[in-house]
Amino acid sequence: MSPASPPAPGAPAATVTRAEYCVIACAEAWRDNGEVLASPMGPIPSIGARLAKRTFSPDLLLTDGEAMLVGLDGTPEGWLPYRQHLTMVTGGRRHVMMGASQLDRFGNQNISCVGDWARPTRQLLGVRGAPVNTLNNPTSYWVPRHSPRVFVERVDMVCGVGYDRAAAAGPSATRFHRIPRVVSDLGVFDFATPDHSMRLASLHPGVTVEQVREATGFGLSVPDEVPRTREPTPEELRLIREVIDPGGARDREVRS
Amino acid sequence: MSDKTMTTDEVVSRLHSGMTLGIGGWGSRRKPMALVRALLRTRITDLTVVSYGGPDVGLLAAAGRIRRLVTAFTTLDSIPLEPHYRAARERGAFELTEVDEAMFMWGLHAAANRLPFLPVRAGLGSDVMRVNPGLRTVTSPYADASSGVREELVAMPALRLDAALVHMNRADRQGNGQYLGPDPYFDDLFCEAADAADVSCERVVDTAELTKEAAPQTLLLKRSSVTGVVETPNGAHFTSCAPDHGRDEPFQKLYATTPYAEFAARFLAGDEQAYQSAVRAWHKEQR
Repeated sequence: MSPASPPAPGAPAATVTRAEYCVIACAEAWRDNGEVLASPMGPIPSIGARLAKRTFSPDLLLTDGEAMLVGLDGTPEGWLPYRQHLTMVTGGRRHVMMGASQLDRFGNQNISCVGDWARPTRQLLGVRGAPVNTLNNPTSYWVPRHSPRVFVERVDMVCGVGYDRAAAAGPSATRFHRIPRVVSDLGVFDFATPDHSMRLASLHPGVTVEQVREATGFGLSVPDEVPRTREPTPEELRLIREVIDPGGARDREVRS
Repeated sequence: MSDKTMTTDEVVSRLHSGMTLGIGGWGSRRKPMALVRALLRTRITDLTVVSYGGPDVGLLAAAGRIRRLVTAFTTLDSIPLEPHYRAARERGAFELTEVDEAMFMWGLHAAANRLPFLPVRAGLGSDVMRVNPGLRTVTSPYADASSGVREELVAMPALRLDAALVHMNRADRQGNGQYLGPDPYFDDLFCEAADAADVSCERVVDTAELTKEAAPQTLLLKRSSVTGVVETPNGAHFTSCAPDHGRDEPFQKLYATTPYAEFAARFLAGDEQAYQSAVRAWHKEQR
């Protein structure tokens, strides 16, 4: 398999950017999800969720980021204050894409703190809803800068529960536990291996397997043939560029 | 019926060091900031604070008033990491009971319903169990019909509070509290989980006014779970209090980028009126 060459300098604006491949890869997380709440966290997952709803997953529910369920034009269609949002989580009719300060090979995620929990070197957000999310509804992750500092051998604080920890905790923990995918600026990853360790599922065009290995702090499962992240359709590109993100928030999160 | 109106100073005069204090709102949203500022003017310390943390936690942490914090996160929303909370954690300034957002809610539900715990799936497999070695699990007495499994769940203990502080849009003098924004957050649970609950509000109105223009389901707090009512216009500042006022983003940014001592000297040295006029003066300078 030969790596794709990066876009030539001065290439026409029509060239698909890395950020646009990331949007497509995030949108794909919500394909065939049906009538569930899409909870994207961060700009590119948000653009991806809106793209999915505008194209192949029209039944998705979205919020305004506060307490309203809204259609694509912002028209309120329902009320979802935090306490009902938590019922959406525990009832399972939701697919969240969270960020991760650290993520390990079995999908354990940390957003709480770096270092010793008792006296952290870097206090971050706290566990937030990661424990309840991961045990109750599909939880995917988005990492805008793939590096060994994020993809670590062992996370400092398990907030989002990975496959090994869920298995060790027993049937109540595994019953609804599922991590459909991890999307980074380099590729798409899943846990479709016998021991549920992370696997390279697709490379964004222009990225090599070697690049991904170097940016990952643990041994990644890599199939013999790694597919490329799919191309956006012309209609998807138009929606991303002209309708959903005309201001280019995606390019500020992931540069080409 | 008893008139429960009082001043902010009267509210905090009934609090004392060492108590477990719940603070309503969420992150940097509808926090009872005027009551927190009044608390900062006292010498009350050694608090166990129970909060979906925002600048309430940041201010109390910076001032060294917290002995233990019970929370799922502390954030300023538009500024993800609360700088004073962060600094306090990194210097080991207080003990932390870190639980998940849903566990926290079930802890309040348990307290409000006078139950010792409620079962919750969240927490299993996560390091919430490691950093809270006192947390126990509970096994269902009922087997799942298809698998035969009796599920083991986290027994989230009740978060019983000595006192709760919340901020509403409106209240009457008897303690019926009304929110007019998009989200009630968990303020009713905080009040029901507490032995005493004090409500600050943008405006105290006659009871009949409460339902004149707003739907009855905006009446979140019942007077039976409210001890004191205090009118504090702009009292959630600088957090949001829709529809009365949004978050004061420029001022929140100032708070987040100014050393606490400097911020406190300029804005927290006097009473609430002095705070509000210092904020107005600062905004005038920015024009």
